[in-house]
Amino acid sequence: MNKRPFSMQVDLDMFTPASDADKEYLVKMRPSSTFFKDGVKRLMRNKIASISLLLVVIVALASIILPMFWPYSYDQQLGLQPGKPVDPSFNNLAPFEYGRTEMKMMEAGEEVFPHLFGTDALGRDYFIRVVYGTRISLAVGFFASIIVLLIGMTIGSIAGYCGGKVDLVIMRIVDIIYSLPDMLMVILLSSVLKVSLGPVIAGTVLEKIGSNIISLFIVFGVLYWVSMSRLIRGQILSLREQEYVLAARATGAKAGWIITKHLIPNSISVVIISTALQIPNAIFTESYLSFLGLGVNAPMPSLGSLASEALKGMSSYPHRLVIPALVISVIVLSLNLLGDGLRDAFDPKLNG
Amino acid sequence: MSSKTLVYILKRMLLAILTVWIVITVTFFVMRAVPGGPFMGEKAITPAAQAALEAKYGMDKPLFEQYTTYLSDIVTRFDFGPSLKNRGRDVIDVISDGFKTSIPLGLSAASIALVTGVILGAVAALRRNKFIDKVIMVITTAFVSMPSFIMGSLLLIVFAVKFPILPANGAAEGGLILPIITLALYPMAYITRLTRSSMLDVLGQDYIRTARAKGVSPAKVIFKHALKNSLIPVATYFGPMLAYIVTGSLVVEQIFAVPGIGRAFVSSITDRDYPMIMGTTIVLAALIVIMNLVSDILYKVIDPRITLE
Repeated sequence: MNKRPFSMQVDLDMFTPASDADKEYLVKMRPSSTFFKDGVKRLMRNKIASISLLLVVIVALASIILPMFWPYSYDQQLGLQPGKPVDPSFNNLAPFEYGRTEMKMMEAGEEVFPHLFGTDALGRDYFIRVVYGTRISLAVGFFASIIVLLIGMTIGSIAGYCGGKVDLVIMRIVDIIYSLPDMLMVILLSSVLKVSLGPVIAGTVLEKIGSNIISLFIVFGVLYWVSMSRLIRGQILSLREQEYVLAARATGAKAGWIITKHLIPNSISVVIISTALQIPNAIFTESYLSFLGLGVNAPMPSLGSLASEALKGMSSYPHRLVIPALVISVIVLSLNLLGDGLRDAFDPKLNG
Repeated sequence: MSSKTLVYILKRMLLAILTVWIVITVTFFVMRAVPGGPFMGEKAITPAAQAALEAKYGMDKPLFEQYTTYLSDIVTRFDFGPSLKNRGRDVIDVISDGFKTSIPLGLSAASIALVTGVILGAVAALRRNKFIDKVIMVITTAFVSMPSFIMGSLLLIVFAVKFPILPANGAAEGGLILPIITLALYPMAYITRLTRSSMLDVLGQDYIRTARAKGVSPAKVIFKHALKNSLIPVATYFGPMLAYIVTGSLVVEQIFAVPGIGRAFVSSITDRDYPMIMGTTIVLAALIVIMNLVSDILYKVIDPRITLE
């Protein structure tokens, strides 16, 4: 204990060279954790988010892998054999029932792969249609979000970097598109594009994807970039003025260092999160449009079009409606929960 | 009301008018881009009707002149031209007929959503992290993840097909009950979550502690201090809620066969009845824009703490 606490005399003990043990103590205690590792750790600690992530991964993998070795395809009408009349016994099968020819084959001792969810009104295996529809819905959601991200990022960063008149003009346009009733515009544009795109894309690779999905992408690209570009512009504007950027600049950091070490890590999380939250939104929109008959082109299924087709035979075959409905809800719910979890884990500013 | 508020309201009104004008313009030119023009429906129409339509819109005239005619007909007389599918009827008649069913449907759904949402949200906030709060949150999370058409179809299966206690047909007596519930569930869940989080926010404020400390009864604290203030963010949801109800009613009316504007719109898409698609889009868009305007202004006016730009 210092006997004279107010003495101005220097305590020489405080100036002895540090021992190795002291130095060891000051060296970092554990391997340094990057921003990304930190976020992943936080995400994994969040039970709801990790379960949702697992569900999304399982559903996505199943929708990609299952159609590869499934004995039936999504557009194959089982009752329709080349050179023979249509066999209606394959239509509207209940789960685990078999068509007439399949019964005969089974009596002869052959193995017939069961129709897990039965068949639809045209005798197509319903299970593989649901799997394929899930794939389409996920793909549409994913690509629509990527399109929104690319357009929004380009325009938002132009507005943020240039500032001044360019910023003003872009932001006025954004305000106007933002105030348009989006769903009505989506319906209007897709009902027109559906008709007019057909001849334009005929004969190209795009024809395979179908005019409806292309028109959906166009509509998303035209209407939904606005919130993304607003977000990115705001990020750029506010980050440029942050004290730590000023501090980095004051200590002599170069522009490249500031951008890679400060601006990108701080804005990328927000961008990824809102892209992740855009995916369920796009799936929602696609299923809604499919329900109105503006979704994917037949015979391609999507979860929305499967549900809307099932509505006609609802009282006799309710499972055909319930299954795609359940799949959509599970996908959208887990993507939403995952997005929330990502936001909690990767946005340090919201951790208060 | 300060002059700042007035300037804000004027600005918002200008933006709203601009938006409606853009909707009309986009609708017009997009419809003209359809191969064969807007009057080439899937159903063949008589040459006389075709000629009458083309004369009415002056299809031979330059595009810009056609546009000004269309615009001035809408602005001066609410005239959107004749419907192609409903022979001899004007689009505006079909729309106003549809509104007779759709407006009561939408308004009842909105009020049910508002009342139950606020009650459930307040209960969840007051019983935070208790069992009832968790139940409410799980159910509302499920509801906001379900597209309206799925909700409607499931309700239809359960309450009209499996246990036929309610009519499946929207035109029958009591047939509006299921559509109203379907439309109300999503906004109800959303309002519940909104009220819960804003109520939790308010309950942590100093003035609540002050009120409690000076001995105000718990009921009075909850209703007069907490609930009243936590309802302000809910006001911002009025506009989006109406937009949801309008777009949701498109599919809900389809599912339950309600003879409203949503069903008319959907069948006009299937029938490619272009004047009808144009007219309905414009009317519904104007409705949504106006409701957004009202909800924004209301929000700024009821909370004096909010500063205007």
